[in-house]
Amino acid sequence: MAKLRVRFTFTPELVQEPIIWQLGQKFPIVTNIRGADVREAFGWALLELEGDAEQLNQGIEWVRSTGIAVELVTGDVIE
Amino acid sequence: MAYASALKCRECGREYATDPLNVCEFCFGPLEVVYDYEAVARVISRERIQSGPLTMWRYQDLLPVDADNAVDLQTGFTPLMKAPNLGRVLGLDHLYIKNDAVNPTNSFKDRVVSVASTKALEYEFKTLACASTGNLAGSVAAHAARAGMDACIFIPADLEKGKVVGAAIYGPTLVAVDGSYDDVNRLCSELADAYPWAFVNINMRPYYAEGSKTLGYEVAEQLGWQAPAHCIVPSASGSMFTKIWKGFHEFEDLGLIPKVHTHMHMTQAEGCAPIAEAFENGWGRVRPVKPNTVAKSLAIGNPADGYYSLRTIAESDGDATIVPEGEVVSGIQLLAENEGIFTETAGGVVISGLKRLVERGVIKRDEVTVAYITGNGLKTLEAVEDTVRSVQIAPTTASFESEVLNA
Repeated sequence: MAKLRVRFTFTPELVQEPIIWQLGQKFPIVTNIRGADVREAFGWALLELEGDAEQLNQGIEWVRSTGIAVELVTGDVIE
Repeated sequence: MAYASALKCRECGREYATDPLNVCEFCFGPLEVVYDYEAVARVISRERIQSGPLTMWRYQDLLPVDADNAVDLQTGFTPLMKAPNLGRVLGLDHLYIKNDAVNPTNSFKDRVVSVASTKALEYEFKTLACASTGNLAGSVAAHAARAGMDACIFIPADLEKGKVVGAAIYGPTLVAVDGSYDDVNRLCSELADAYPWAFVNINMRPYYAEGSKTLGYEVAEQLGWQAPAHCIVPSASGSMFTKIWKGFHEFEDLGLIPKVHTHMHMTQAEGCAPIAEAFENGWGRVRPVKPNTVAKSLAIGNPADGYYSLRTIAESDGDATIVPEGEVVSGIQLLAENEGIFTETAGGVVISGLKRLVERGVIKRDEVTVAYITGNGLKTLEAVEDTVRSVQIAPTTASFESEVLNA
């Protein structure tokens, strides 16, 4: 099992979608919200995702396909 | 001795021992080093600093490692040069250039890597690692060589070979990752969890970042123990920008300089300006972008310290300037032609950003202004090679006179 700490960033048109719930339904991934700020025009959520590494990859690809940005909580580390 | 007392979460305030950790286990907020400032205040003084080495390690009381074992390539205490010619062109009477391009591996990264590698040795790590597109790779590989550590550098597979020659020469293991920049970011984060290695800007990040405070200390000392009115700083992750500000305030709190009135101005290139865009739009949080800029050393689309950079701008009544891609090279030329300093693209962003700030009236003629130049121009020759021309002549005096003197 792998763990990944990520930030989801929602655009205004996706703020009302239950994306995190859908992620847990579509893939065998445990979604653990650790911080969030979701408003009418903008939203972000910090999550720990746990599951099989390949399932995590597929789950994240699916979230990205909805238009939500997914990044590591640590920010980019290539400097 | 080191006066670092704990790591503290910048979001929820939880404290941790000074271990190789970078995010809060509870809320995932970034961790920052805290010090026993009362103990520091008992020992530190201008005289003590001035009697220290002519390197960044003269500020050892405010760094989170034991300086007796520093992995030191003689980094820091770089020149703060008055820039009268560029000042005249821009309309500034007190313009200074902090030339950090003259560090051992030709960029400011030596400051942060010197601290990170020293801390890595304290933890008895055997391998120093990073993901890089150039500047960080060179510094990590050089410090690992100096420290007798192994180095492992991860690079995107499509990176031009020339970008890593300056790192490869120190003998690290170079790993080209066949994937996107996102893939490299993620792989390194996973490896940092899985292996007992010191990834300088992942598990060593709280200590690494502290090295940038010395860019604030040095400027304050070099200006005769005072902070300037304005600082112009290039930003990628935003870490250095926040740490310069922290450095000024630590000096103020310790009574080493008078009250700080510095305005902190960040500059980013148009092709990767997530922090400056958030500032301009009043978003409060940074929205990640896909970088597409000539300023490769500033190409961080998801900046770890973006939010804290916005706070620094607000606290200092500063500004964030987006420099059009087309003005990056002209900034490099302005500095080179007027002051004889050749900077990489990040420095071009700084000088063009400074020009815009003066034109907008944000910086006044009589105010002390410091522009931070953080990397050497030889690192990004490809950005300027189309701008240089020569006149071709026959090997005769007549040809010289007709083609050059009387052209």
